[in-house]
Amino acid sequence: MAKIIGGIGTSHIPAIGRAMDQGLEDTPYWKDFFAGYPPVREWLAEQKPDVIIHFYNDHGLEMFLDKKPTYAIGCAPQYENADEGWGIQPIPPITGETELSWHIVNELIENDFDPTVCQDIKVDHGLTVPLSLLYPGHTYQGIKVIPVCINCERHPMPKPSRSFALGQAIGKAVESWDGDERIVVLGTGGLSHQLDGERAGILNTDFDIECMDKLVDDPEALLKYSNEDLTEIAGGQGVELAMWLGMRGTMHGKVRELHRNLVAPISNTAAGLQLLLNE
Amino acid sequence: MPVKKMRDIPGTTFFDGPMATKGFALNKMAFSFNSQEGRDAFKNDEEGTMEKYGLSEAQKEAVRKRDVLGMIREGGSIYYLAKFGQILGLNVQDFGGLQTGRTTEEFQAYLDSQGVGKDNG
Repeated sequence: MAKIIGGIGTSHIPAIGRAMDQGLEDTPYWKDFFAGYPPVREWLAEQKPDVIIHFYNDHGLEMFLDKKPTYAIGCAPQYENADEGWGIQPIPPITGETELSWHIVNELIENDFDPTVCQDIKVDHGLTVPLSLLYPGHTYQGIKVIPVCINCERHPMPKPSRSFALGQAIGKAVESWDGDERIVVLGTGGLSHQLDGERAGILNTDFDIECMDKLVDDPEALLKYSNEDLTEIAGGQGVELAMWLGMRGTMHGKVRELHRNLVAPISNTAAGLQLLLNE
Repeated sequence: MPVKKMRDIPGTTFFDGPMATKGFALNKMAFSFNSQEGRDAFKNDEEGTMEKYGLSEAQKEAVRKRDVLGMIREGGSIYYLAKFGQILGLNVQDFGGLQTGRTTEEFQAYLDSQGVGKDNG
């Protein structure tokens, strides 16, 4: 049986990609942020996962308002990144997955989730910045990535509780797959931030810490929040907690936290990092 | 019957269905800034590009004035508006300052005042 060995929550801020492009990791602004990553990279190097299931959100590279899926899942052999107008250098192609991904799609639809199924999508910084962070030097090519995209741009967005349930359904689908893949799940984005309006710049690191605490041993406690609640408490883009909830939902058993970091501000955002082991 | 209004949070415009309807042309133009070609087209002919995408007069006026709050009021989604950044040489701290009546330095200081986990403030 395929196994989800762990989950990683991480920020995906475009400025991180630019900082890596420019080699700024050790500068005063960035060093505390990048200092969080070596333990997670080392864990990945030890564990050597075969597949990454990657919860991310598209910020207007592939999924414009003309056709905007609420949930989308990729079943493609390869994904490409492209110029998205945010000044990040595109990264080399990402290897996809075409077997387990279709099994997940079958199981999701059988269990009343109806995602958009994608065989050719460009992936943006929401997916690429975390890969660059976790695999410096673009050393991710041996790993197969299954993208799961959540609309975090235009309301109505899926309820946070629904994204957690989507994660649970994906976790069950993986458990029913007769393969020996070892899988890591990423949930990227957040944590508290707001880019737009007179309220731009609000952060709420107390809430971010509460979320990271609850993600370990009581994720259901976070499901009471609506997207309007998250906007009020954690800023307009605080709704990106959805991806962390999806990630956590895939892990059914007891979860142990191996590592955490929270640095703010990075760009306009509180940048979280969390490594959870699925025991 | 009108579409249900989202919660009133001062300084926050929910980008919901009615705003997405209102802002479609503006957002579509900004979506074209994903490519260098699209960015160059706007840089070389702002008025012509706005006309091509069918922006409303209020949207055009907000773009001409680089009025970010105005663009949001006219249905702009921050994900697409941020793509103006490369054209105008503005980062998201500049955008933050423009929207909150602060200089970029003041906006950065506001962010720093809420910071954690860094020893540089």
